[in-house]
Amino acid sequence: MRKLALKVTEIETLSPLVKRFRFEDPKGGALPVFSGGAHITVEMPEGETIRRNSYSLISDPYDGSGYEIAVRREDRGRGGSRFMHTQVREGDEITVSSPANLFQLDLRARKHVLLAGGIGITPFLSQLRQLGMEQKPYELHYAARSREEAAGLKLLPEAAHIHIHISEEGARMDLGAILDGQPLGTHVYTCGPDGLIKAVADQASRLGWPRTAVHSEAFTAPPPGEPFEVVVKSSGKTVTVKADQSLLEALEAAKVEIDYSCRGGACGRCQTHVTACDGRILHNDHWLSEAERAEQKTIMPCMSRFKGARLELDL
Amino acid sequence: MPNTEFSPSIDSRPTYAGLVSQGAAHGIMVADDAGAEALCDLASSDASVMDHAHVLLVGAAAETFGRIETLNPRGLHGAPDLAAATPLIHRLLSEARMGTALYLAGSEGLMGHVSALATGAGLPLEAIQMEHRGSIARRMQCVHCKGITEDVTTDPFTCSHCGLTLFVRDHFSRRLGVFQGVCVDAETPGEVPETVEIRA
Repeated sequence: MRKLALKVTEIETLSPLVKRFRFEDPKGGALPVFSGGAHITVEMPEGETIRRNSYSLISDPYDGSGYEIAVRREDRGRGGSRFMHTQVREGDEITVSSPANLFQLDLRARKHVLLAGGIGITPFLSQLRQLGMEQKPYELHYAARSREEAAGLKLLPEAAHIHIHISEEGARMDLGAILDGQPLGTHVYTCGPDGLIKAVADQASRLGWPRTAVHSEAFTAPPPGEPFEVVVKSSGKTVTVKADQSLLEALEAAKVEIDYSCRGGACGRCQTHVTACDGRILHNDHWLSEAERAEQKTIMPCMSRFKGARLELDL
Repeated sequence: MPNTEFSPSIDSRPTYAGLVSQGAAHGIMVADDAGAEALCDLASSDASVMDHAHVLLVGAAAETFGRIETLNPRGLHGAPDLAAATPLIHRLLSEARMGTALYLAGSEGLMGHVSALATGAGLPLEAIQMEHRGSIARRMQCVHCKGITEDVTTDPFTCSHCGLTLFVRDHFSRRLGVFQGVCVDAETPGEVPETVEIRA
């Protein structure tokens, strides 16, 4: 994966938990442009370990002068977002991947309905600019608990087709009302908590929407958990995964070669064959099917963990 | 006569799974004279499907029109050919809401043309039901002059626009709703293989 060495040029506090970061080429060169919904993977070196989290780009996809992301601090996470909030300063150097997109707009649609829950607003911020540029009809609904927490408010333009739903003010997002009666050829995109994604899928299915018109992206970073061990089949080496480390990060730290892209359980790139499993794989990804999960013959190391006596990976 | 079974071919060649009632969903049904039979079969499997359906018959005989009328669809329209039907299809699609089921029945030319209009209106292909009835004549696009020749039943055939002798391919353009015809004697002008009837 191509990496870019950039400089942190702006940090802005958007809400008590969310900060916006802007990265630019240190020499002022142009960065690769991207498409709405794309993300970059940010490297966060801390002592011996390098954490890598993927974040949606929130800046203009057609603007190569810099990349911007918004990071929500997750105090119960592995420490990646905390690192971004407490260690990164303006002027620092930072390594990121080239943009990749797992949540692109289907431009064959006649209309786009974008539904964001909380920090799930991020991929839509770049998509809005693309939709505006291409003059495509859309409506965006952004749900947040309170105005104070709604970091997206500072980044969203005011427009008749941008709707804000603040649950604390009693303005909850009514999915039935939003999805019912949309013109034929509408596609819906959801980014937010799993519960919202599932509720949208259920509602769309009840209204007879074709499945391929329903898109979603869960924005989770790998969850922490209890430490566990895995065995690498080719070398017989045992690798310990710490509580605040993902399996992928532990394998990388142990110099085991493994491919990856999104690091969020969505792209399927790091899918790894399991050669022995005495215990239970804790699947946290959005890639494997229910049947594949139950078989325990394959694992997504970027997100998933293990509890039991022995897990051997075909690496 | 049931849904036609076509011989297996390349992946891009459309296949037609047959019509299945989507219950109380609003429906748009487009069929030609032979395809109207598939609509009758659909209504006999679930009579209520017609309560929510706008039916458009293209080039159908008066008798066929009368048969569909007895099924009491919510709306019934007729057009002499695809060109005349197109503005009405556009209107039905533009007024339709998500959750509308699209049922197409008849020749590959009709289904290809209407499904291209529907996908152009943003409807995913999986939301379109199709059942082949009647003639296996194809709607062919000449890849050289881009002209479309209707009702092609032989291979090779002569492009009705530029006059080239075209080989009938199974390669299908979903965007245009037509099969692709390629000059058969480009390398060896005048050496044209024997003309044969197209088979299913």
